Amino acid sequence: MNATWSRFNITSIVLGFAFLYLPIVLLVVFSFNESKLVTVWGGFSTKWYVSLFHNQGLMDATWVTARVAVISATVATVLGTLAALTLTRYTRFKGRTLFSGMVFAPLVMPEVITGLSLLLLFVAVGLDRGFLTVTLAHITLTMCFVAVVVQSRLITFDRSLEEAAMDLGAPPVKTFFQITLPVIMPAIVSGWMLAFTLSLDDLVIASFTSGPGATTLPMKIYSQVRLGVTPEINAACTILIAVVAVGVIIASLANKRREFQRQRDEQAAQRG
Amino acid sequence: MKSLGSIRRDFAPWNDPNAKPYIQFDKVTKKFGDFTAVNNLSLTIFEREFFALLGASGCGKSTLLRMLAGFEEPTAGRILLDGQDLRGIPPYRRPVNMMFQSYALFPHMTVDNNIAFGLKQDGMPKPDIAARVGEMLKLVKLEQFAKRKPHQLSGGQRQRVALARSVAKRPKVLLLDEPLGALDKKLREETQFELMDLQQSLGLTFVVVTHDQEEAMTMADRIAIIDKGEVMQVATPAEVYEAPGSRFVAGFVGNVNMFEGKIAHGEAGAASIDAGNGITIRTENAGDAATGAAVAFAIRPEKIRISSTRPAGAVNAIEGEVYDIAYLGDMTVYHVRLDDGQVVRASTMNAARITEDPLSWNDRAWVSFRPDAGVVLTR
Repeated sequence: MNATWSRFNITSIVLGFAFLYLPIVLLVVFSFNESKLVTVWGGFSTKWYVSLFHNQGLMDATWVTARVAVISATVATVLGTLAALTLTRYTRFKGRTLFSGMVFAPLVMPEVITGLSLLLLFVAVGLDRGFLTVTLAHITLTMCFVAVVVQSRLITFDRSLEEAAMDLGAPPVKTFFQITLPVIMPAIVSGWMLAFTLSLDDLVIASFTSGPGATTLPMKIYSQVRLGVTPEINAACTILIAVVAVGVIIASLANKRREFQRQRDEQAAQRG
Repeated sequence: MKSLGSIRRDFAPWNDPNAKPYIQFDKVTKKFGDFTAVNNLSLTIFEREFFALLGASGCGKSTLLRMLAGFEEPTAGRILLDGQDLRGIPPYRRPVNMMFQSYALFPHMTVDNNIAFGLKQDGMPKPDIAARVGEMLKLVKLEQFAKRKPHQLSGGQRQRVALARSVAKRPKVLLLDEPLGALDKKLREETQFELMDLQQSLGLTFVVVTHDQEEAMTMADRIAIIDKGEVMQVATPAEVYEAPGSRFVAGFVGNVNMFEGKIAHGEAGAASIDAGNGITIRTENAGDAATGAAVAFAIRPEKIRISSTRPAGAVNAIEGEVYDIAYLGDMTVYHVRLDDGQVVRASTMNAARITEDPLSWNDRAWVSFRPDAGVVLTR
């Protein structure tokens, strides 16, 4: 590889990263702004973080969002895993193509349509919009993502592991819980994380399906911004970014360490 | 006492009419959709036998093993184990264990937990499990690796763990699917002998599936040669090699020279065969082939002598030209082109370091063999 840093290369990298991260950097910087005016720098301060925790509306929305995300991600993971198992294991049942198409359609479905159709459904069955309906909507949205993640793991899963377990005397249910589940667990966990993040930052579907008393954080932030951006919102977003960044960094470090450990073990094993 | 091959076998229940069969495939057929993997196949295996199913890939040998393990059910026919019909019995209730080609070690468990898995399913008390696992680890010489995970082991070590796990439950029958396929040549040869010793010391019945004829010849008491879902021959390695039942078997196991011809004159097993182009072969192994029958005369390369002059008193001697020579160290292989164009393969053990009258390429040479050296094949 040519390692010389031409002026062109430097420029394109700076521009590229600026394009990606300048808005976020601005947001973080202004969350520490003393002034109440968002676009005018008035000195360093952390007072907006203090006032954030006294803003009951924002704190309520955060609590709702967290609950919706945890519940919907968990239910979606169970359903998505079952769907993935069915699709990879029972390859010859009638209507399989239709079923797999229907499981994955929400991936490409415009969120507005998903939101609207769910709203119509909830109205039709007379379900009051609120916490339950947002959670149901998020399960619908995130289940297919879980199914995709788990299915890609199941395709490479060595079926002879299950046969070996049964051969050694484990009935099918025991085989599933003692062999299959532990082996595909990393994929299920990443499916859950994906579902959790999707639910956490969904605005469109939540706007359609939520009701009074069940305002999620993205909805709250969006509605407040329409009344004018406050530094409090900047502070809330900065915390969100920090949480997500820390999570991603921890996950990738753990992954890297495990991979490194594994390679070292394998090399050691080859040497005998 | 004379016998085929070079081994005397004292364990031979298949020759005893009173011996009780242990595993019986009774007219078994297995179809996958339109494809017939196993076709009306019958086979008998005896207790404590080391039995090999030998065949090219896709011949149905693995399907036989999987039916015995319970992963597939026969479309028709019965499989009996110790007199019990296995139909409908799921894999986890069959007294057989299998060693998988991929080893199928549980990646999230340590070596000792892998070995203990089957014992735990049986609800064996913990101290007994620990004792049995220790015994198994000792058997496969992996005591110091008990706490390792499978990915921390070399290929040979994984193979041993898989073996230990499959014999830990003391199954009535151990099924081995290409057990040595993933090992390199040297390790494979060592492991062959270890497997034989293990089978002897545990007194188990082994059924091994392999496509490697050398592996089957080395390890098995008897070999079943399978082709297109049918048994071509079941016999000891020596019988398969020295008395093949058909052209297919003769060609499948080892190298062979085949002369197609007609029985010109035959009586009491002895016959002369007219192989065309003036070649007449005299043999003592014509069996009951009738005069005029179209037969093949099959003879192994090491039973053919090659010399620069016609050996005195030779019953069968054919002249040709040396066309190719391969010096392999322990032996030399000659390809001799006969005057009718057919190429005969002859091999000579290099028992001495120095050869008095060596042959070279394009030399005229005689190939000769004794009248009992080859066999006559009617099928």
